[in-house]
Amino acid sequence: MRLTKPLDVDATPAVASREAKPTALLSRARFWTFVQYAVMALLAITMVTPFLWMISTSLTPEAYVLSARPQLIPEEISLESYAELGRRIDLPRVLFNSILVAGLGTLGQIFFAAMAAFVFSRMQWRGRNVVFMLYLATMMIPGSVLIIPQFILVRSLGWINTYAALIFPSLFSAFAVFLLRQSFLTLPKDYEEAAFVDGANWFTIFWKIALPLSGPALATLGVFSFMGLWNSYLWPLFVARRDEIMTLPVALSFLQSETRALTEWNIVMAGSVVAVLPIFAVYIVAQRWFVRGVVITGIKG
Amino acid sequence: MVGYSGFNKYKWVAFFLAPSLLGLLTFIVLPMLASIGFALTDWTLPRQPNFIGLQNFQNLLNSAQFWNALRFTVLFILLYVPSVFVAALALGMFFNRKLPGMIVVRVTSFMPVVASWVVVSLIWRWIFNPTYGPVNYWLSLIGIEGPAWLYQADTALIALVITSVWKDVGYYALLFLGGLQSIPETYYEAARIDGAGRWDIFRRITVPLLTPTMFFVIITLIIGYFQIFDAVWLMPVENTAADRELSTIVVEVVKNAFSYNRMGYASAMSWVLFGLIFVITFIQLRVQKRWVYYEID
Repeated sequence: MRLTKPLDVDATPAVASREAKPTALLSRARFWTFVQYAVMALLAITMVTPFLWMISTSLTPEAYVLSARPQLIPEEISLESYAELGRRIDLPRVLFNSILVAGLGTLGQIFFAAMAAFVFSRMQWRGRNVVFMLYLATMMIPGSVLIIPQFILVRSLGWINTYAALIFPSLFSAFAVFLLRQSFLTLPKDYEEAAFVDGANWFTIFWKIALPLSGPALATLGVFSFMGLWNSYLWPLFVARRDEIMTLPVALSFLQSETRALTEWNIVMAGSVVAVLPIFAVYIVAQRWFVRGVVITGIKG
Repeated sequence: MVGYSGFNKYKWVAFFLAPSLLGLLTFIVLPMLASIGFALTDWTLPRQPNFIGLQNFQNLLNSAQFWNALRFTVLFILLYVPSVFVAALALGMFFNRKLPGMIVVRVTSFMPVVASWVVVSLIWRWIFNPTYGPVNYWLSLIGIEGPAWLYQADTALIALVITSVWKDVGYYALLFLGGLQSIPETYYEAARIDGAGRWDIFRRITVPLLTPTMFFVIITLIIGYFQIFDAVWLMPVENTAADRELSTIVVEVVKNAFSYNRMGYASAMSWVLFGLIFVITFIQLRVQKRWVYYEID
């Protein structure tokens, strides 16, 4: 089927002008391709514009922030808001805290989960299934039930406003054990039998065979637990309120409530840029592991 | 073959399992059990707790704040879950079209997923700013006077739904894409040979074979959003009607525990939330037999 007139109602202006060339008689298929690209552009713009707006506001001098006509490209660019942000929050300290907590938390969680996953997948022992069921059962407890008793526990240990409070409760995840167990189960038994013949012990097998052969599973778990810890807000908000120990999301939310007059949006947005850029960098580098993680959780369900 | 079997092996099992098991017991199982105890006391810090039986639960059912929070939680889910479900299904099906350049849409739609709720809340707070934000500016261009979004409870609820859909759609679209790609191409070929139209193919092949993914998405959404906190805590503008009225169950739990130090009462509320999630998930698991189609290999 051929259309004598280009149907440019739904198409973007750029597409319409290309279609309007007198030589191009549009086939129906080509028309749909154009529509699809228009939808693609629209979607990408919808997802990205709020972030561009964040960056743009962060680069706007204070005098221009409250303008009746919001502009995506600022009339004047200035880094003033970042300097001011640095005066309001101890940025190096807060960044250090966030990196330390997310980094150590991720490494610890992976390590402990891998050890447990190893005994649940590579070793035969009595009671294995019962203990594993206990692990799975803990996955049913929602985080909102645990906030208060975990807070009481951390408080009675004297851990309020310490790194221990931020790191320890997140180290033990039954879901991580479950995920790594799935990966360890796929490893062939021949390797460890051969290793035993060569006099290896279980730790060598864990460290030299199971872990290196499970790279994708470890990476997938790693990016998700890093993201969760980096973005975590509710827990740090109540156990780490002091300046020296504060992580980025908490510092950012305090910045927001301090600028109560709601006029210093450029500073708040500068803080958001600082908080979001590191995790975007991780995402761009480790994109495939993020995608893999989503697909795995979907299959699990 | 040291430790491959026998007594020695159990030393290894203990070695590998101890850190994880002790950690899980200390930070998950023990707190959970303690929380049941707290819920039965009138514990308010810094005083000592007294056992009061089910008094907290009775107080809770008579509390207007609790019912208000429950109302907003349910309302939020009723508005949000269908919106994000349809949007993510459509986006997932769009992803499944093998067009060059689709990677751009996939990468960008996942950006809000990796960003924290704190950052997302702050950005959208600024976007919904009634006087200087772009939303009301655009509305003014087409002659509509935009509302004071995050100042009133009902418009703030809508703003929260819009923000949440934007934040999550990329994640669930990717889940749907995974489901779509697991449908064997041969089914579609066979249907086309039989002369089935697009709509028939969607309704009779895509939808039934996607029901396990749909079920997983709905379960995850409901469990997750019954516990919504960050956005509700951060987005409504302080000291406005939205700030006073808009609340959810976890927001009430947190307020009671950390603003009023009512640990007993807040624990009881968290268990009511658990009960609600448990019952709804249980019902869904029962009802799934009627609509979820599992292929037998």
